[in-house]
Amino acid sequence: MNSLPLVSEVSRAAVAIPAARFSLVKRSVLPGFGISLGFTLFYLGVIVLIPLAAMGVKASGLSWEEFVKATFSNRALAAYRLSFGAALLAAAINAVFGLITAWVLVRYDFPFKRVVDAMVDLPFALPTAVAGIALAAIYAPNGWIGQLAAPLGWKIAFTPWGVVVALTFIGLPFVVRTVQPVLQDLSRDVEEAAASLGATRWQTFRRVIMPAIAPSLMTGYALAFARGLGEYGSVIFIAGNLPMISEIAPLLIIGKLEQYDYAGAAAIGMVMLAIAFLILLGINLLQRWARVRGGEG
Amino acid sequence: MSAQNRHRAPLDESPIVRWLLIGSALGFLFLFVLLPLLTVFIEGLRGGLARYWASVSEPDALAAVKLTVIAAAIAVPCNLVFGLAASWAIAKFEFVGKNVLITLIDLPFSVSPVIAGLIYVLLFGAQGLLGPRLSQHNIQIVFAVPGIVLATIFVTFPFVARELIPLMQEQGTEDEEAARSLGANGWQTFFRVTLPNIRWALLYGVLLCNARAMGEFGAVSVVSGHIRGLTNTMPLHVEILYNEYNFVAAFAVASVLAFLALVTLIIKSILEWRHGGEISAARA
Repeated sequence: MNSLPLVSEVSRAAVAIPAARFSLVKRSVLPGFGISLGFTLFYLGVIVLIPLAAMGVKASGLSWEEFVKATFSNRALAAYRLSFGAALLAAAINAVFGLITAWVLVRYDFPFKRVVDAMVDLPFALPTAVAGIALAAIYAPNGWIGQLAAPLGWKIAFTPWGVVVALTFIGLPFVVRTVQPVLQDLSRDVEEAAASLGATRWQTFRRVIMPAIAPSLMTGYALAFARGLGEYGSVIFIAGNLPMISEIAPLLIIGKLEQYDYAGAAAIGMVMLAIAFLILLGINLLQRWARVRGGEG
Repeated sequence: MSAQNRHRAPLDESPIVRWLLIGSALGFLFLFVLLPLLTVFIEGLRGGLARYWASVSEPDALAAVKLTVIAAAIAVPCNLVFGLAASWAIAKFEFVGKNVLITLIDLPFSVSPVIAGLIYVLLFGAQGLLGPRLSQHNIQIVFAVPGIVLATIFVTFPFVARELIPLMQEQGTEDEEAARSLGANGWQTFFRVTLPNIRWALLYGVLLCNARAMGEFGAVSVVSGHIRGLTNTMPLHVEILYNEYNFVAAFAVASVLAFLALVTLIIKSILEWRHGGEISAARA
């Protein structure tokens, strides 16, 4: 009896003890908390946190002037501008077509729907270098689509537009996969109510459906944008990588490393990390907003 | 159908709008997903089957395949053990700072792959923080296989954990508490109660982790010395061939990776259709 306490006794104890003495951990009957959390923190520290801290240490070796010179040179500013602009535009393209794709997959029936649904995740599964060379081949002046654009005077591959194409591919699943479940759970009662009150289909979409899916649409947009900012593999093959014109921000780091300017590479890395943190924070706020919305609805 | 005569705003889109939407969605997916995929296979087979086979079976290509498999074979089990430990601690216990920990676990997903490679160069490279000490002992980490493995572990770090944490949080601790009260020890509880409850989500996470591990390019590119036959993974081999204008060989090797991606997608879809309920908590 001593070795096997009753569950009710134990759970009472689990509730009682934290109240009795203030503790950071709630007592539980289950074993392995110390070792599992200890291993988690150790592994997280060794693989992620210590190496990231090393980047901070390396960047802090620079004086303020050197830091600014490395991170805000004209070439670096042009690269940030391209990365931001192309990622914003690609995410916007994905917001429009991702919403349509999610809508079509949830609401309509058509042949091979399941295959189409599975295909949406291909950009997650296909190695970025493979996507990069394929897109470069398609949009090059002698490629399948580049050929059609060339007589009109449009160059896509090896220009900033190539960057947009690659980032559109990479960000494609995000909007579809964030909007799709929300659309699926949306009750059709409210749409019926709106229709019965005389709303046209377009009014119902704008006033009833859109507000319900807006948080998830913006979350998907932000995720696609964040992914686009850091993307490297699929872009470098199609971009042309000309400094000041078609050079993306991650490529600046590669350039610094090739010149053995480790501190400069670390400085640009810190700027990109700071931007990634800000976007992550924004996404968390968006998701909280979505939960509040969902709770009310 | 006579009910249609009542005055009533339509609840569904007109057929024209409906087909326009389906058409634009399919057109978009064709342009950005199907066409690149087809291109890889068509360009790879352009030189005929014999050249295709020669491209994927030459010694440098085989060495790249071997290194890719080695990197994945180390990275995936490491992140699997980590995922189990992290989700056990986070889902089965209450402690202060849990949300911060979950955010930190997701961090590698929001970091550019180039930064993922960079941090190991800054730590272990010749001018890195630990570089001088490592070279004293003749230990080479970056521009060698250990660096490739580390970078692969970093970019695939959250995959298993993030599939398991929400699912195990939803499942709660009642099953495990019951097992304990019936006399099972900790490991018995884990292997006989917890593991069967999470097996499909675990497989799902491992599948995605493996696909990324084998396909990672950016992070691995920074820490690899790009030495043929030695520190080239398959994606890096594709890049080298492409930059040498050996397009047929580049696309041939790429098509092997694309095939792997297709197999991943098929298994993933089967898991979602058959065991959606047991994975779905993780998909929220």
